[in-house]
Amino acid sequence: MAYEDDDPPLSLHLPRPISEPHLRLDPLSLSAPSAVRHGSRAESERLASSQPELADADARLVIVGDPGRTDPHLQLAGNAVRTAKYSPFTFLPRNLFEQFHRVAYVYFLVIAVLNQLPQLAVFGRGASVLPLAFVLLVTAVKDAYEDWRRHRSDRSENNRAASVVDSRDSQFRTKRWKDVRVGEVLKVFADETIPCDMVLLATSDPTGVAYVQTINLDGESNLKTRYAKQETTSRPIGDAHPFAAGLIRCERPNRNIYGFLANMEIDGKRVSLGPSNIILRGCELKNTAWAIGVAVYAGNETKVMLNSSGAPSKRSRLETHMNRETLLLSAVLITLCSVVSICNGIWLGKHRNDLELSQFFRKRDYSDSGENYNYYGIGMQVFFTFLMSVIVFQIMIPISLYISMELVRLGQAYFMIRDTNLYDESSNSKFQCRALNINEDLGQVKYVFSDKTGTLTENKMEFRCATIRGRDYSSGKVPLQDNGGTHSVLVGDRIWKPKMSVKTDPELVALLQSKVETEQGKQACEFFLALACCNTIVPLVVETADQKQKLIDYQGESPDEQALVYAAASYGFVLIERTSGHIVVDVRGDRQRYDVLGLHEFDSDRKRMSVIIGCPDKTVKLYVKGADISMFGVIQKTVNLDIIRATETSLNAYSSLGLRTLVIGMRKLSRNDFEEWQSAYENASTALIGRGRLLRAVASNVERDLHILGASGIEDKLQQGVPEAIESMRQADIKVWVLTGDKQETAISIGFSCKLLTSEMTQIVINSNSRESCKKSLQDAVAMSSKLAAISPDSENILRGTGSSRIALALVIDGNSLVYILETELEEELFKVATVCDVVLCCRVAPLQKAGIVALMKNRTDDMTLAIGDGANDVSMIQMADVGIGISGQEGRQAVMASDFAMGQFRFLVPLLLVHGHWNYQRMAYMILYNFYRNAVFVFILFWYVLYTAYSLTTAISEWSSVLYSVIYTALPTIVVGILDKDLSRRTLIKYPQLYRAGQRDERYNLKFFILTMMDSIWQSAAIFYIPYLAYRHSVVDVSSLGDLWTLAVVVLVNIHLAMDVFQWNWITHASIWGCIVATVICVIVIDSIWMLPGYWAIFHIMGTGLFWLCLLGIIIAGMLPHFTTKALTEYFMPNDIQIARELEKYQKNAATTSEIPMSTLSQLL
Amino acid sequence: MNSSGGSAAGPSSGSGDGSAPPRRNSKRPKYSKFTQQELPACKPILTPKWVISVFTLVGVIFVPIGIAALMASNNVVEIVDRYDTECIPASMTGDKVAYIQNDTINKICTRNLTVPKDMDQPIYVYYQLDNFYQNHRRYVKSRSDAQLRDADQANKTSGCDPEKTTKDGSPIVPCGLIAWSLFNDTYNFTLGNKNLSVNKNGISWASDRDHKFGKDVYPKNFQNGVLRGGASLDPNKPLNEQEDLIVWMRTAALPTFRKLYGKIHQDLKANDIIMVTLENNYNTYSFNGKKKLVLSTSSWLGGKNDFLGIAYLTIGGLCFFLATAFTVVYLVKPRKLGDTSYLSWNRNPSGH
Repeated sequence: MAYEDDDPPLSLHLPRPISEPHLRLDPLSLSAPSAVRHGSRAESERLASSQPELADADARLVIVGDPGRTDPHLQLAGNAVRTAKYSPFTFLPRNLFEQFHRVAYVYFLVIAVLNQLPQLAVFGRGASVLPLAFVLLVTAVKDAYEDWRRHRSDRSENNRAASVVDSRDSQFRTKRWKDVRVGEVLKVFADETIPCDMVLLATSDPTGVAYVQTINLDGESNLKTRYAKQETTSRPIGDAHPFAAGLIRCERPNRNIYGFLANMEIDGKRVSLGPSNIILRGCELKNTAWAIGVAVYAGNETKVMLNSSGAPSKRSRLETHMNRETLLLSAVLITLCSVVSICNGIWLGKHRNDLELSQFFRKRDYSDSGENYNYYGIGMQVFFTFLMSVIVFQIMIPISLYISMELVRLGQAYFMIRDTNLYDESSNSKFQCRALNINEDLGQVKYVFSDKTGTLTENKMEFRCATIRGRDYSSGKVPLQDNGGTHSVLVGDRIWKPKMSVKTDPELVALLQSKVETEQGKQACEFFLALACCNTIVPLVVETADQKQKLIDYQGESPDEQALVYAAASYGFVLIERTSGHIVVDVRGDRQRYDVLGLHEFDSDRKRMSVIIGCPDKTVKLYVKGADISMFGVIQKTVNLDIIRATETSLNAYSSLGLRTLVIGMRKLSRNDFEEWQSAYENASTALIGRGRLLRAVASNVERDLHILGASGIEDKLQQGVPEAIESMRQADIKVWVLTGDKQETAISIGFSCKLLTSEMTQIVINSNSRESCKKSLQDAVAMSSKLAAISPDSENILRGTGSSRIALALVIDGNSLVYILETELEEELFKVATVCDVVLCCRVAPLQKAGIVALMKNRTDDMTLAIGDGANDVSMIQMADVGIGISGQEGRQAVMASDFAMGQFRFLVPLLLVHGHWNYQRMAYMILYNFYRNAVFVFILFWYVLYTAYSLTTAISEWSSVLYSVIYTALPTIVVGILDKDLSRRTLIKYPQLYRAGQRDERYNLKFFILTMMDSIWQSAAIFYIPYLAYRHSVVDVSSLGDLWTLAVVVLVNIHLAMDVFQWNWITHASIWGCIVATVICVIVIDSIWMLPGYWAIFHIMGTGLFWLCLLGIIIAGMLPHFTTKALTEYFMPNDIQIARELEKYQKNAATTSEIPMSTLSQLL
Repeated sequence: MNSSGGSAAGPSSGSGDGSAPPRRNSKRPKYSKFTQQELPACKPILTPKWVISVFTLVGVIFVPIGIAALMASNNVVEIVDRYDTECIPASMTGDKVAYIQNDTINKICTRNLTVPKDMDQPIYVYYQLDNFYQNHRRYVKSRSDAQLRDADQANKTSGCDPEKTTKDGSPIVPCGLIAWSLFNDTYNFTLGNKNLSVNKNGISWASDRDHKFGKDVYPKNFQNGVLRGGASLDPNKPLNEQEDLIVWMRTAALPTFRKLYGKIHQDLKANDIIMVTLENNYNTYSFNGKKKLVLSTSSWLGGKNDFLGIAYLTIGGLCFFLATAFTVVYLVKPRKLGDTSYLSWNRNPSGH
């Protein structure tokens, strides 16, 4: 995996975690958006709790400790994994079968087979099969090597050692991984990798907690807690069948790594198991001395193996277009073949009576019985001629193009990966090319769908400001060490410090230091105490280089919680220790122990979490924190109304700054309240059915009549360079849509801060709760946009440079409205509105809605869509879009795994699209056209010659040259140019993002270009054929000599054609183009030095004559004349943007100031 | 991951790690001009100066070459005489094929050729066949190069169909349609009453004589079949000395072609009358082919062919014209190179 830990090896202090929650600790997500962010996990959780019953038919039965009796229905596989595709015996058939999935190869094969029929043998056997065999062999060798490596890694993986309970004597024995079977009980030690998916039974921790690192699975580096069920933790190991009678009924193997649905029958009790009870293959056990579990999924059925699918396969737009042109070429091919066969028929008909005596035809074979030799009547001859002409003209469909394209994409990927501009320092991640066949799509993107958190923003939460008792403290500017390290804690002779410090507000610090006794001071203390306890953060103490000092690293799954705990620590409330039953908080130098009596986890219905704390002074307090909407519903409104109002005002202010807000409340619980709660809580947590629902009810019941403490504002910092990137993309005519789970105000404020929205934009907001109102607002929006279009002043648009004739519009729409719009007939309306808007913000959208929006645009326009995101909730969107980009950031690797490209930062989109995308598109487009042209020229030369051979499909060009033409003579330069040529420098492309529009407009590859190129190829082939034809008419020239002239002429001409179109000449380009011509000459000489062939020594004879050289020169000039003239004319009189930018690059280096003007006016405007 | 964020999120509270330790295992791609695609490169642009110079240069080169080529072609003196129609007795014109197939008829025919201009030696004697598809697929494939070179390979007759073996199965040497159809008209020239000797040595390629046709390979079973295709070969002469065969087996590229018959090493004067006594043996009547006798001098460019000269003059002229046209147009409608106002987004949007 890509991640490397940058820290020195952690010496982990073993925290004692809370033991209570049997359900998985869901990340406490502080505001509703986060609930959506973790939607996929929440969903699986909900599934797990609402459907505790597994239908037996869908279940797998595992008998603990008894692999023999486990699930008799299924022949369960062992734990051996097999990623290798082939075995020595199956390699040949399977590999060939896979290779022939490509249509091009099948075409190749059919032609080669046709050629083997004696009637149709155009080429010699060797010559016809060789190219196909060569390509197949190269691919096979590559596949074999990769497979051999897989075999090797499989072998080492399968032979690793695991400690397994032997069912005969219940002792742990070492077994190899591949021998582990489902149902066996395994013991895993600290820092070991887990060999298969297993349900935890017991761990070294008496409460049954185990910590695992899932970096191999999802890339998240923080520790995850997993629990063994209390029913199994206490059992002694070493007894015979320690977990006998244990029967696990679990779902069939599936690839959802965040979901697990099972129950266990033990001692007559049925215990439900969820995702927090299973540890998965590939994870590492950390911080836990040992863990014992029972294997439930093994080998290829483990979740990690099921998830190890390859990159998604997409087909690039250029390739789709190319297929259209390939069809056209097929039509041309069929036409040529028909012309030849029909003419052949006519010729045969006219010379019907001459065929026997003509020396060059001689119909009969007299040495035999005088029967016809190789002549089957005119009808059959015509048919055979048709097939033969298909064989002769086969390269009209450029098969080598498919191979060249793959090579070129490989080269382009190499350069993208090696680009230092796409390297992210902070996460130490390089650019990743996961899909190798859509490089050129990056140059044509029109719509970018972006996630917000983690994509536009860093997802590194930072505590910014707080409101306590209605009073706003938001001038936090001073880092703490300036006012005397209150945040560090003395433990023994060591100083412990939180790893990060937060800028504090001096007024608040002063309040906490000196005025603790005031009402405001007390409230502030409670506030920070709430921040320190009301969470699921585990503090880990990390050694530093300094012996005296240790760092406290707060580990938790929610970045918001981490931010809050760090903030509390900075204000002097340092969370030091968390164990199963209590926490230790250093309150301003005074270490205090609080008992954690209960914890209600966050869920997306309540949108809040709470803890019940037993304080040192024996009072019991409930601390609650949650999203404002949900909190204001449970806050006691009768008193302190002005405080609530003031808090609301501050919250709105925070929201508009783009901060994520959170309200904190508390309630002192009386003894009665507490006892009532306790019994309800115990009942609920031991309930067998609907436990989740019951626990939620208990929580809702106790979370009422809260006393408001205050609110916090956490900044989700914008990633570096996001506004600039968005501005560049706007100039490039790329429409950026932000799809976020955040609420509207936050989304809009982020929109402003990243310059997506500007103050002069007209915002259309759609917030509807019914179909009708949605419809109405959409219709209003359409009307408004058309009205605005009518009155828009032109001058502004010139300055704004959008080239469009309307005022900028922004559409803000929320998930609720989308429910009524997506997949109904209102989609069309939304599409209309959205396309006229410059910016679209969708807030509070669910993951599937994200995909729905992408699909909406993808299905209705021809424009290319790109989705970029970092979280699991972006996966569907990434897979839906034409190009999916994963941000390898904070939220794990789900998005990266699903993406086509992965990178570290949002701003890399600019070099990726504007520079690499532009280059890739330009190169690939040119390469495809050039390959079509190159092969067409050759085919047309063959065709012209066939017209002078009584349509008998003789080729003057030797068969070896025909075969080598597209493989050796002309292959390398186009690949080199396809990888290396740049029309414009990186600097220019970044400076003028508008240049990107060329790709969006399909400027480099379209039907017009194709037809022009084909016409050029017909002209050039005619020049190549007819100049020697006329010059050598009525002469003694023999077929091989003329064939050699044609061979050399066509190779030189197509290479010069390429040379004329190359933008940048570096030494590699020179070497490949001129080298190819030299290589061709050498090849022709070698072929003509073989005495077996009829063309022996012909090249030397013809090269010795002046006529040859004059013909060659004449061909080159006459052939290139139209191309050169049109190129000169269009470049000078109808220059496109790229041409002007190239001139600018070359001639106007000192005129940069003048070109700066439109740019600066632009930036002023925005 | 939080660890790396510590430094980004603000001044680190720790004093121990004030300076970031050098990153281990950094994946930063190594910088090189190649990987960053910044190799020094030349970026040619077709400026007016370049375009006009190229056209002018091509014109300057092509026109003189064209003139030289035309002159060379004009200096070649060529006498072409079609005799296949003339050398048939008037009685047989109705059935030419019967005439040519009848061995009992005397095929000797006499033609008188007038030399139009002085011809300097060497004078090449060619026969020209029209409409003879020596490049027909059935024909070009019907040969065995192995057999021609090596006496031991006489049995390698695959591909020689339908002229592979005799009826009893013994191989024909040289086999195949090409050899079988060897041209067999003969020419004798007399100038006045002096015989003009035709040198038939060295008319084929030395490379063919030395390497392609074996010196110990003798014709066998040749031209013994039911249907005679053309000449017979002297069975006592090795193939590498049968130069007519060697010439014939260099199959022509186009259906109208000439083959070298011999050379006359004697100058001819204008208005000399050459009498040609020829044997009209070869059957071109069956496919409406023509037979011509050609006497020609040669130039540095080969035979008489005006095409190349005309083509060069045309191209050269066209280039001069284009150079002028471009110059005029550039003067009338100049454009400053790299002028940003031509960029599409700087032009008036209404122009779209």
